[in-house]
Amino acid sequence: MTAIQHPRVQRPGIRRISAGRRFKDRFVQALVYLSFAIAVVPLVAVLWMVISNGLARFDMEFLTHSMRNIGAREIGGGAYHAILGTLEQVLLASLISIPVGLLTAIYLVEYGRGGRLSRAISFFVDVMTGIPSVVSGLFILAFWILALGMPFSGFAGALALSILMMPTVVRSAEEMLLLVPNDLREASYALGVPKWRTIVKVVLPTAFTGIVTGVMLAIARVTGETAPLLLTVFFTDSINSDPLNGPQMGLPLYVFDQAGRPTDAAIDRAWAGALTLILIVMLLNLVARLIGWWRSPSRGR
Amino acid sequence: MSQQIQVSGLDAYYGKHKAIEDISMTIDPQSITAFIGPSGCGKSTFLRTLNRMHEVIPGARVEGKVLLDGEDLYAADVEPVSVRRMIGMVFQRPNPFPTMSIYENVAAGLRLNGRYAKSEVDGIVEDSLKGSNLWNEVKDRLNKPGAGLSGGQQQRLCIARAIAVKPEVLLMDEPCSALDPISTLAIEDLMAELKSKFTIIIVTHNMQQAARVSDRTAFFNLAGQGQPGRVIEMDDTSRIFTNPAQKATEDYITGRFG
Ligand SMILES: Nc1ncnc2c1ncn2[C@@H]1O[C@H](COP(=O)(O)OP(=O)(O)OP(=O)(O)O)[C@@H](O)[C@H]1O
Ligand SMILES: [Mg+2]
Repeated sequence: MTAIQHPRVQRPGIRRISAGRRFKDRFVQALVYLSFAIAVVPLVAVLWMVISNGLARFDMEFLTHSMRNIGAREIGGGAYHAILGTLEQVLLASLISIPVGLLTAIYLVEYGRGGRLSRAISFFVDVMTGIPSVVSGLFILAFWILALGMPFSGFAGALALSILMMPTVVRSAEEMLLLVPNDLREASYALGVPKWRTIVKVVLPTAFTGIVTGVMLAIARVTGETAPLLLTVFFTDSINSDPLNGPQMGLPLYVFDQAGRPTDAAIDRAWAGALTLILIVMLLNLVARLIGWWRSPSRGR
Repeated sequence: MSQQIQVSGLDAYYGKHKAIEDISMTIDPQSITAFIGPSGCGKSTFLRTLNRMHEVIPGARVEGKVLLDGEDLYAADVEPVSVRRMIGMVFQRPNPFPTMSIYENVAAGLRLNGRYAKSEVDGIVEDSLKGSNLWNEVKDRLNKPGAGLSGGQQQRLCIARAIAVKPEVLLMDEPCSALDPISTLAIEDLMAELKSKFTIIIVTHNMQQAARVSDRTAFFNLAGQGQPGRVIEMDDTSRIFTNPAQKATEDYITGRFG
């Protein structure tokens, strides 16, 4: 009887973590933390600067008064007209671009499904995403104000903003709709629910939280846009609550305007305006979170 | 009321690919019919042609006739939606609506299709959950999300959802394939009870299950590699499992299959 010769095969056994691997692990970990810290530095710095400089003039007068009859050198005055303008312009832009964007996304995901028309739409949405914000302002200036002879107005600004907002809404809503499992659509069809009701009652609610987040990000993004407003809502120091007629103000414009004036009072107002802008955007994000939490299935109503 | 289904000369396509060919059969009311056969032979495809769910897939189409008590489901003026209300379906993977509570899941078919009084819906939800043997487990947490149930409970929830709209026919595509033996048994018992009210068709890979629950069995197979699937043999279950007419059927059932 000869012993059977086994060929030497390398068997994967239990191995100890070598010092080298331990070091590499630590090293990469440190690298990750470091890059996180580096990424956070500008954020914290910006917040710090804006808060510490903005608090000086962030008072009731600032929130309730306009700049009417207040010269650049004078202290006092406020951004009420700009806050009002920004809220109206962003609201109008949202009213235009959220329905259009949402319906486009629904078409792309639920109806188009890679057909020729949906590929064309997809392409143009991509093109729109790349439009610089100045160009959207220029376009509205040339088309709406110069060619059609409409006045400078908050509405013209809203049009320019919605050009920037629409593609973001389409893309984020599209992604969220694509995440809805097909099983759910089929489950609904199998109950005899028509397609449109399936979309309204099953698909949209399932994607709701994600869509809200995407929409809020889009709103937050356009809230801070300056260039499109510059060319479309023009400037004013007075309160104009009618977004359809006459120049309005917007917070980004206000900051831009005040920061360009050479006095401490104006610079302080610019900082306070920036702080207000950031607070509005943060408030919007908070609202989005709340809506998301309120609608989340795990909350167990 | 449950009704008879007659299929004749039915072909189904995915784009250019013909998945099943020339299927004809009669399915009796108040009976359980099992579809067995190797993977990919078109059992699910055929099942979905019976309630016009096949055409939901882009590019998919059906040729041939399906008669429900003599009425052609594929006649030009038939609304697919109304067919699906009469012929309900339970899927292989449990798919409760994640945004809805247990109660809302069961009520979904009613609420999404029309207006019902709250008291009426309450009654139907309770009956359906009792009908699917889930009532005792969930009656205290009807407002909790349906996705928070175990897999077997979710599947019974889906059955409750399907029977809540009071269909004539219930199609079940491997309803137990993700379930443990106890849940499987619960669903098999349930099918035996539901049989008195519905015509039930079940696809299964479990021979014992087919033998246990069904009255008649159809064996599907591919005519050859890359060919469309066909019905090789359909007969009383007792006959199929003891004395099938076709050699292929016997080979498949006894596990001597390729
Ligand atoms: N959505 C689809 N698109 C294209 N082809 C498909 C699609 N679904 C199924 N098929 C094809 O149709 C044929 C039949 O598939 P079907 O799902 O009906 O098989 P099955 O008998 O249910 O198999 P299983 O037992 O594994 O569930 C297969 O060749 C499959 O590749
Ligand atoms: Mg299948």
